[in-house]
Amino acid sequence: MNEKSNKTIVISPVTRIEGHGKITIELDADGVVKDAHFHVTQFRGFEKFCEGRPFSEMPSLMARICGICPVSHLIASAKACDRLLAVEIPPTADKLRRIFGLAQVLQSHALSFFYLASPDFLLGMDADPEKRNLFGVHAVAPHLARNGIRLRQFGQQIIERLGGKRIHPAWIVPGGVSEPLSIANRDAILADLPEMLAIAQLTTEWFKGLMEKFREEIASFGNFPSLFLGIVKDDNGLTFYDGKLRIIDSAGHEIARGLEPSKYPEILGEKVEPWSYLKSTYYKPKGYPDGIYRVGPLARLNIADRCGTPRADQELAEFHELQRTSVLSSFHYHFARLIEILYCVERMQQLLSDSEILSKHVRAVARPNSSEGVGVAEAPRGTLIHHYKIDDEGLIQWANLIIATGHNALAMNRSVLQVARHFVRGNSLEEGMLNRVEAVIRAYDPCLSCSTHADGSMALQIQLRSNDGQLLDEIFS
Amino acid sequence: MSFLDLDERLLSIPEKAELVYSPLVDRKDFPEGVDVVLVEGAVSSGEDLHKIRLVRERSKILVSLGDCAVTSNVPGMRNPFLTDDVYARAYIENVTLDPAVPLQVIPRLLPFARPVHEIVAVDVFVPGCPPSADVIFLALSELLEGRTPNLSAKTRFGA
Repeated sequence: MNEKSNKTIVISPVTRIEGHGKITIELDADGVVKDAHFHVTQFRGFEKFCEGRPFSEMPSLMARICGICPVSHLIASAKACDRLLAVEIPPTADKLRRIFGLAQVLQSHALSFFYLASPDFLLGMDADPEKRNLFGVHAVAPHLARNGIRLRQFGQQIIERLGGKRIHPAWIVPGGVSEPLSIANRDAILADLPEMLAIAQLTTEWFKGLMEKFREEIASFGNFPSLFLGIVKDDNGLTFYDGKLRIIDSAGHEIARGLEPSKYPEILGEKVEPWSYLKSTYYKPKGYPDGIYRVGPLARLNIADRCGTPRADQELAEFHELQRTSVLSSFHYHFARLIEILYCVERMQQLLSDSEILSKHVRAVARPNSSEGVGVAEAPRGTLIHHYKIDDEGLIQWANLIIATGHNALAMNRSVLQVARHFVRGNSLEEGMLNRVEAVIRAYDPCLSCSTHADGSMALQIQLRSNDGQLLDEIFS
Repeated sequence: MSFLDLDERLLSIPEKAELVYSPLVDRKDFPEGVDVVLVEGAVSSGEDLHKIRLVRERSKILVSLGDCAVTSNVPGMRNPFLTDDVYARAYIENVTLDPAVPLQVIPRLLPFARPVHEIVAVDVFVPGCPPSADVIFLALSELLEGRTPNLSAKTRFGA
């Protein structure tokens, strides 16, 4: 064995994330981290195989991109189809879609925080990997696990009440929604809101109390300058459904505002990385890779001046106090996610209290009137773009999708490198050190199914190999 | 994801079975001597092919879960197209910088996405897009009791 050769650590699969990926860490001859990459390993090809199919199929088909955020794909897809029809959807349909989207964000954030990430917070980054999961959390803090399950269940139940089923409902359609909201369903959702608000507040307080313990992680988990991008209301308020693109820099200065989302090709470029099925998106005026930006909860709360609901706004003020500039550490995605859960609960209360919410006028019917449509929404993980072109018969000719996780590709890779440089030392592997490299990926809550395809099974390895392929060290965590 | 819709019932799993391998837990290797494995998704890449064979070899009962596993469904929609054309849309046409099909480290697509049973023997089929949590719970409960679940009246393709 040549002791002076370079080595590569492979973490495969990255666990407690949605979808399939692996991490490689390259070490030099002295065991110092040289480079690191996050590889997305699967690809399905939605942009091609939708070709020739009727545009009206797109919301249901595109929802199959993902089992966690099918509703976000439904919304972005239906909004693109609204443009193909060239209609304004009825105001009640607009509000119902918003409620549906909020339910989706809430359940997805609950999944990310409680099911996937909380074992690292409660049990520790170095805890026994056999116990470092939801069941381990339940054994130590049953209320925490149960609260997480309850919160996610609440979001899923709203989706089931409105859409007929919890995953892949077909209720959102081009032109609006297919059925109005019933009184019984409105009242059932309203009745659950106080409990959900209490869970969201309790969890936020608990997490804020813990943050002190994770100083080293906060300092090294994707803590670097970048731009932040998302859609906001005209008053720079938080929104998930509709708005204009706003971009700020790491100092908190506005770089761009009021950009029409349909003009995304003018400002966003997509670059292929030869080692991943996930393309890296960048802000064109700054080029690649300087045009690195982040989307999702951290970005949305950096960009938003206000949430527009009382408790979320209190927390947002604390969030903005974390740093005088933009909040730069990706560890704070978790805090931002909890604030957004609060917002979702409070905002649903507002929307469900609207006097028009039970209106039966929820769908505009039209034939296709435009050959091109772009639909943009904020998915749980960030800005989601669906872009379609159709022929005179309404058949899809071309599609482009930019998924939240793609916007974050450059940042995730830079974060993996930063964490690896900080924690990975020498030629001897420790499980907890590699778990931290995975944990920074968990902070972004990537949804790899959104550009790929999961099959529920994956072979093991964390191996340390020399350049000539000789196995130096191996762990089975 | 539908598995997670078991909600509170998830917490009773450790009383009856040991969850040894899943995206929910941190174990990286697929262990030997697995009693029941739920496999979702179609077999689409060389890596999938390798994994499904390993999983079959190490498991007593293999459940094909969901329409993608049972029929190849949505992933199979690429099958009428040439793999090169599917790649080209995403990595050549819809690209601003460095168009090229990514080939380093990551596995290549097979010419066709296949249902699981075309590659390895399947013991139980659970169709649905997705099968509901109640159906998954029923299937697991029956398997834990040593019975083969009869799901024909409970779920179907597209359910």
